[in-house]
Amino acid sequence: MAHDSLYAAPPSGADTERPAGRLAGLRGALGTWDTAIVAALVVAVLLAGLSVQNFATGRNAQFLLLDLVPLALLALPMTLIVVTGEIDLSVASVVGLTSTLMGQLWLSSGLSLELICVLVVLIGAVLGAVNGVFITGFGLPSLAVTIGTLALYRGLSFVVLGDQAVADFPASWTAAVVRTIPGTSIPVAVVPVLLLALVFGVVLHATPVGRALYAMGNNDEAATFAGVSVARTKFWLFVVSGAVGGLVGIFWTLRYASARGDNATGLELTVVTAVLLGGVSIFGGRGGLLGVVAGVLLLGVLRNALQLADVDANALTIVTGSLLIVSVVLPNAAADLRARLHRRRRRAHLSAS
Amino acid sequence: MSLTDTGAAERVADNPPPDAGRPRRGLTERLLAVRELSLLIALAALVLVTTLRNDRFLSGQSIKDLLLGCAILVILAVGQTLVIVTRNVDLSVGSILGLVAFATGELFLAAPGTPWPVALLVGVALGALCGVVNGGLIAVARVPALVITLGTLYAFRGVDYYWAAGRQINAADMPRSFLRLGNQTVLGVPVLFLVALVVVAVAGYYLRSYRSGRELYAIGSEPAAARLSGIPVGRRVFAVFVANGALAGLAGVLYAARFGTLDAAAGSGLELQVVAAAVVGGVAIFGGSGSAYGAALGAVLLTTIGSSLAVLRIDPFWQQAVVGALILAAIGLDRLLALRVAARLRGRSAHGA
Amino acid sequence: MSTYRRLRAGATALTVAALLLGSAACGGTTRENSGNDTGGGAQASGAANPDAKLKEGLKIAFLPKQVNNPYFTTSDNGGKAAVTEIKGEFKEVGPSEASASSQVSYINTLSQQGMDVIVTSANDPNAICGALNQAKAAGAKIVTFDSDTKPECRQIFVNQVTAEGIAENQVKLISEQIGGAGEIAILSATANATNQNAWIALMKEELKKPEYSKIKLVTVAYGNDDDQKSFQETQGLLQSYPNLKGIISPTTVGVAAAARYLSGSQYKGKVKLTGLGTPNQMREFVKDGSVDAFALWNPADLGYLAAYAGAALASGQITGAEGDKFTAGKLGEFTVGKDGVVVLGPPTVFDKSNIDQFQF
Repeated sequence: MAHDSLYAAPPSGADTERPAGRLAGLRGALGTWDTAIVAALVVAVLLAGLSVQNFATGRNAQFLLLDLVPLALLALPMTLIVVTGEIDLSVASVVGLTSTLMGQLWLSSGLSLELICVLVVLIGAVLGAVNGVFITGFGLPSLAVTIGTLALYRGLSFVVLGDQAVADFPASWTAAVVRTIPGTSIPVAVVPVLLLALVFGVVLHATPVGRALYAMGNNDEAATFAGVSVARTKFWLFVVSGAVGGLVGIFWTLRYASARGDNATGLELTVVTAVLLGGVSIFGGRGGLLGVVAGVLLLGVLRNALQLADVDANALTIVTGSLLIVSVVLPNAAADLRARLHRRRRRAHLSAS
Repeated sequence: MSLTDTGAAERVADNPPPDAGRPRRGLTERLLAVRELSLLIALAALVLVTTLRNDRFLSGQSIKDLLLGCAILVILAVGQTLVIVTRNVDLSVGSILGLVAFATGELFLAAPGTPWPVALLVGVALGALCGVVNGGLIAVARVPALVITLGTLYAFRGVDYYWAAGRQINAADMPRSFLRLGNQTVLGVPVLFLVALVVVAVAGYYLRSYRSGRELYAIGSEPAAARLSGIPVGRRVFAVFVANGALAGLAGVLYAARFGTLDAAAGSGLELQVVAAAVVGGVAIFGGSGSAYGAALGAVLLTTIGSSLAVLRIDPFWQQAVVGALILAAIGLDRLLALRVAARLRGRSAHGA
Repeated sequence: MSTYRRLRAGATALTVAALLLGSAACGGTTRENSGNDTGGGAQASGAANPDAKLKEGLKIAFLPKQVNNPYFTTSDNGGKAAVTEIKGEFKEVGPSEASASSQVSYINTLSQQGMDVIVTSANDPNAICGALNQAKAAGAKIVTFDSDTKPECRQIFVNQVTAEGIAENQVKLISEQIGGAGEIAILSATANATNQNAWIALMKEELKKPEYSKIKLVTVAYGNDDDQKSFQETQGLLQSYPNLKGIISPTTVGVAAAARYLSGSQYKGKVKLTGLGTPNQMREFVKDGSVDAFALWNPADLGYLAAYAGAALASGQITGAEGDKFTAGKLGEFTVGKDGVVVLGPPTVFDKSNIDQFQF
């Protein structure tokens, strides 16, 4: 299958600089961008703690982390997908549709909430499978397919509930998702996020599956020759992405005690921003989960600190957009520069010898 | 049956033929003509069904409304065609439109005596400037257009919000002569639609008959091959983004004239409809194929669906789902046709060689 | 074991995990047995002291549905004027898109900053409740205006006008304009906008009165508070109902879009339009004859009153209990009604004769 998943050929400089598939996992985890993003996170936290009033409190940490749960969850499968050179823009719409379905089922089916939650995750997986079929079965570019399902799923979520909201979920459930770990101000919801992050991290960086994903991102054909079924692997990645979307749909619905068609509108942009900021190359084949987790946290800290400092919401919009651009332009420019230096050095070397 | 590159039929399967080799033009064009014809049939069927339910749908006023309603989307879809043909995409058009529309209002507020042609020029120039930002970032940093324009989607809208600061510009703030532009007719045809027609004709002629226009298709089919054959890829892509920005600017000015009430949210989410219109109109999302006429027809079809839903009194919530389903159907169909063409070409070259 | 099988195993594991997480909470929660235990905060605690002076230096924050909406800009400026009068600290924050989830994050920020009063207009009556209750627990007084939350999540709701007042006013306006007989339609915002639906229900009641017996409401259309959609829906109405005499659009976006459509169509002056709109938006269309008269409350007064209500709460003058009284600067004295609702007053009707006296 040709590498037509994203627009524009990768810059030739970066192309030659790409680490070989086998080593990519290790290097991705410890790469320079990861270090930079973790450092940026530390600096941001320190700066905010020192200069923004009310930032460094337990209560604020609780708010901050709770707000980040959906973003962090969605960023995990997105990282794997982008590493293979694909993209899933429909994630936020999956959240919206599963949220309204959860509301509708609770409203009219009489099923128990436990069963509904399981159903909702399964439905999410099915929605992801639809993406997967179009992308791997018909060989269509993931970008185009998921823009289509972005509109389709969002549209369907309005069809399911109109723009009514279902809000009468039991208080014991809605309180449970915002509860903190006793004795700390860390929300309980962070625990499953960390566990999942661990699972995704191990899969990506310490298993043959992970190496296969990097190989696909670098070159589909090479991966095929290496005995990896590219289509099947990608298909299941989209299924996982959909299932996680369903999980987030449940969390979102319970946290805001409200199932609405417009839940999580536009979140896909933030997820992609976080993943790219975390150092995953949009061309695939590069990046690691540590960087993405740091990227998610960095986004959250910036937004929270700027809000506490009374920065205009509109300025926040500009900041998010600029961050996205910087996080793709910078690594590319750096790779370009490195390639140029490398070439010059080689030329110097050649002329010297 | 020689191709300019050696990828032969395999590659054709992924990217419908670029017409770089003259002899194949006939087949591609026949395919496009088939697409345009089927769009016309779909449009006619839609109008027929709606008219059967309500005969006023075909009255003079209604047709005028339809033409007026689709004009802005047609202009944006034509601009997007230029971009998509080169295997890029511009997601920031909705934000550019919003920014320019608000700027037009501001211009009339600041200088009430401004004649409308001046406002038109200023708007187009501002749009082109946004295009320069997009094209510059893409060309200089060699980063996929998708990511850059996703970022500028945020950034331009943020600037717009910031500038507007919650203010609204009303019909009374703009000169009558300008507002009249929004619903004036010449021989019963709205001026806005005539403007759109001119844009379609010029872009259509350019893409078909100019050398640089044909080169856009070559770039979209195989950027590397295009570069090797001496086409200035970077410069062409940059120019395409500037042109698309200028067209979005034009659409912004017309939006101001048509709606009269402007706030910073004008055109939010429009990019999806624009991409949908182009894709439905037969512009292949992987670049290298499609026409301005097809995209324009796609835009007319989408607008007509919206109006039909309103006349048929169908729940408007279905509209977005329909758009999503149409995108999926259109790219699926394209894929099918491309595979057919490839199979036929393979058959022919086997005979012809 | 091949790659995809591992992934499939992963997907299964994920589902099982969800199942476990789900059933761990408690066995079988259904809608029937869940009961409606709303964890609302205590309301109207303590006694009001009507003689208490308004405190100075109160920190009052306005959190509108979104910051880029001109209507809220006007009402927040009214709030700012009031806060300046009582020598408090005013602040306006809010999301750039009208979503409940981002409002929650702003409420958290405000409570973190130790605001005395949070004045908000809710994007969702339930979604922001938890955050408001937390802010209340942290010591903030909560006032809602324009769009309410559930009553237990706030102390006072400043209502622009009673729903009955709107219904009466709108039906009277359209009846006068179409000469008391004929078909009318309603162009609303979205299908479940709480305000809109309450008004529409009451308009239907109002139309049952004998003096309106010759008026027939044919349908309700939804323009989603979007220019383009409202345009299309207006066209749809006029085409679907050839005998339509009038349209009521009780939403500022809808009425402006419909007016703009009428002014450029063959229906101008023949099909009457009224609704709720701002004078600035509608000035052009009243002057060119597309619209005779429409109504609205003054959004600046609404914000002004909400700010005073918040200050009175924070100063202990009122607790939000029914019958509490407070004075709101230039607007005079107000009494808290049932469920902590304060009503601004009847809407103002704008027509050719008075529209130039209003700037908002």
